[in-house]
Amino acid sequence: MSKRKKGFRFAIRGRHFTLGFPFLWLTLFFALPFAIVLKISFSTAAIAIPPYEPTFTYADQLLNVALNLGNYLLLLDDALYYTAYLGSLKMALVATLGCLLLGYPMAYAIARAPAKMQTVLLLLIMLPSWTSFLIRVYAWMGLLADTGLINNVLMWLGVINEPLKIMNTDIAVYIGLIYAYLPFMVLPLYANLVKMDMSLLEAAADLGSRSINTFWNITLPLSKGGVIAGSMLVFIPSVGEFVIPELLGGPDSLMIGKVLWQEFFNNRDWPVASALAIVMLGLLIIPITLFHHYQARDLEKEA
Amino acid sequence: MKKLSFSTVMLWLGLIFLYAPMFILIFYSFNASKLVTVWGGFSAKWYVELFKDQQILDAVWTSLEIAFLSASMAVVLGTMAAFVMTRFRRSWAKLSLSNMITAPLVMPEVITGLSLLLLFVHMADLIGWPAERGRLTIWLAHSTFCAAYVAVVVSSRLRELDMSIEEAAMDLGATPLKTFFLITVPMIAPALTAGWLLSFSLSLDDLVIASFASGPGATTLPMVVFSSVRLGVSPKINALATLIILAVSLIAFLSWYFARRAEKRAKAAME
Repeated sequence: MSKRKKGFRFAIRGRHFTLGFPFLWLTLFFALPFAIVLKISFSTAAIAIPPYEPTFTYADQLLNVALNLGNYLLLLDDALYYTAYLGSLKMALVATLGCLLLGYPMAYAIARAPAKMQTVLLLLIMLPSWTSFLIRVYAWMGLLADTGLINNVLMWLGVINEPLKIMNTDIAVYIGLIYAYLPFMVLPLYANLVKMDMSLLEAAADLGSRSINTFWNITLPLSKGGVIAGSMLVFIPSVGEFVIPELLGGPDSLMIGKVLWQEFFNNRDWPVASALAIVMLGLLIIPITLFHHYQARDLEKEA
Repeated sequence: MKKLSFSTVMLWLGLIFLYAPMFILIFYSFNASKLVTVWGGFSAKWYVELFKDQQILDAVWTSLEIAFLSASMAVVLGTMAAFVMTRFRRSWAKLSLSNMITAPLVMPEVITGLSLLLLFVHMADLIGWPAERGRLTIWLAHSTFCAAYVAVVVSSRLRELDMSIEEAAMDLGATPLKTFFLITVPMIAPALTAGWLLSFSLSLDDLVIASFASGPGATTLPMVVFSSVRLGVSPKINALATLIILAVSLIAFLSWYFARRAEKRAKAAME
């Protein structure tokens, strides 16, 4: 009896520890940092270490809260930030569309391949996304440059006389984004398409539906969850992307991740960088919630 | 001859698109010419140059050390979180834990990096710790975001697991802790290995979060690569990139292999 009771007591403590330890860790290293970003976004930049003035000061039994809205007003005022947000959204949108157009047929082909081939093809899709992101973006630098491989081959073939200007333009950023995030589109789409009930397609074919018709009316609507999950997995990180516009883009391909990095590291304006992050998070709240919603629904279906 | 469908053609085009840049990079790393775009004959001299570069070698060591420690902590955190997500009853604590653990998966890296840096600066201000940013702060940052990936891998394995074996062990008088280490851990071992390897390669690869969380004390390999790549394409970096691609592919392949073995075993156990 006593042993059992001890075991029971231990179980309670063990359960608390299992929940408590990761909970405290994530609160400290994930949730709390966002509160701090929010706080600093309301402070004033100063030449000091750290380079901003305190938001809360306590003197003569008075707690002074100084909320500076200037950083947010600056974001509205300065065309640079405005353009960067719009630029990011546009780039992310085009990249998502590109990934969808290329990734959907790929996922479809994998889902219809023989079962043994499917695992091999999936591994082939996943492998690049696990090898170094930075190196894969760097690989494009050598290909897209004015004297790069693509231009050399095209000139040698006589297709063009002068090198195409691709490197340091928005087109290079699109290529980089689609290249880097394509696997994130293919995988959820595959997971969705492979579960599809084939008898529905057979029924449609038996009733005389043409394959293009069947695709629009049955396959595509049924894979809506996969399309949304894949699109969000491409769109959300694209908006905040820093490495790709920095390495492949030109001075005029402004993306918000790049601007945030420059504000922080080059200008050392921490409050403005924080405000930029908060607004970016605000823009991404809808896509992030959408992603979680569909993810949760998928899990519930499986359970 | 089977008729090629549109989707099959796209699949092969997509795969060429994914792999061609990497193969061309590997090919050019053996180029003797100093100009990256001109072929000057086969040579391994850039590899020799690479191994003479002390700054790169130091960064490799720092990165490996951080990746090893981060992956280990991420497995502990991620497994605990996965256990809570799959075995605990619904509560606000469970719900907020599962929200917090999966959030880093979709959060833009610049935001995660910035927020962690500001946290470290605040903590140093308030309690004097961490005194300076370096390996320790990168480790904390990497453990946190890698734990998310471990939690996903491990929880999908835990969901498929037959709970009756654990229940039987507990009925026979094993404490929950003993049951966990003697029964559950061996059954989810391939998932733990896969999660560890995945975290290891994620940590090795990370540039943005490491740049924010690091101070003058620690420079990781991606940071060195990034600062030299920014100046343009260089043959030495081609050699380094080739080695990184090979190493990370190997790690990725191993983690896929272990995850796959876990699946196969699970299927065999169910039959």
